[in-house]
Amino acid sequence: MKVQVIITLKKNVLDPQGKVIQQTLDGMGFNNISEVRQGKFFEIEIDEKDQKKAKEKVEDLSKKLLANLVIEDYKIIEPQ
Amino acid sequence: MNSCVITFPGSNCDRDMDVALKQFGFKNKMVWHNDIELPKSDLVVLPGGFSYGDYLRCGSMASKSKIMQSVINFAKTGGMLMGICNGFQILVETELVPGVLLRNKYLEFICKNVFVKINNSENNYFKNIKKNTLELHIAHNEGNYFCSDDQMKEIEDNNQIALLYCDENGVVNEKINSNGSSKNIAGIFNKEKNILGMMPHPERMIDSYLSGVDGSIFFENLINNLR
Repeated sequence: MKVQVIITLKKNVLDPQGKVIQQTLDGMGFNNISEVRQGKFFEIEIDEKDQKKAKEKVEDLSKKLLANLVIEDYKIIEPQ
Repeated sequence: MNSCVITFPGSNCDRDMDVALKQFGFKNKMVWHNDIELPKSDLVVLPGGFSYGDYLRCGSMASKSKIMQSVINFAKTGGMLMGICNGFQILVETELVPGVLLRNKYLEFICKNVFVKINNSENNYFKNIKKNTLELHIAHNEGNYFCSDDQMKEIEDNNQIALLYCDENGVVNEKINSNGSSKNIAGIFNKEKNILGMMPHPERMIDSYLSGVDGSIFFENLINNLR
């Protein structure tokens, strides 16, 4: 089963890379973009048939390794 | 005094630290990240470098290394544990010290000498040190110290700020805060002050011909405090 996780910076954490991307886009003429926030995307292949169990496992590993909860939030996309 | 330095794949200041510790009288041993047990040590050092290529987040992979369980147990029972640069990043990832180290504010790798003010000298790292400010070297891309408001309150209430970026006269202001750290923080303790994480490299300032001597002052004072 494939499970996807998106990690984003919390709202109150400065994202200088996102800011530079937004400024570059502005310079390219995409001037209606007010903010860009950069994150991380993971695709995890997990040997588990039970959807609920798979999600729990990914939640656990997201908390323990993929995200640093001081600055980041994680979102698990429902396994298919 | 016995010390050890942990080498992770990608550590590159481990040997410099070994040279520095031995120069000031420590009997130092090098420990590989895949080892399980620490040798008998009065001081354990997590050195600078780019452990695991800085994959995912700096220090995140190293914080889960096999040796780290022993390092955590050592520190939680009062052992002196110091993390320099990438070692500091590993310390925050193990949550042995609060906060995180973000990408530098202006997205630049910063490599230069800086002055840091000793903010708390009532601990074994800085007790009896003869200077209030030290000139040390920084070289990092992710040294922008950040923590939640609640964590900052706790840090300040417990006097956990170890070092602050300052000018050569010891004045702390935003202008000399090149990486964007909250409150100019360059180094931080755990609550008990036996764990120290700091971005500056004292081991690069132990030779008056090559660099400077303020690292020598730090190490000499440290071994005297531990004796």
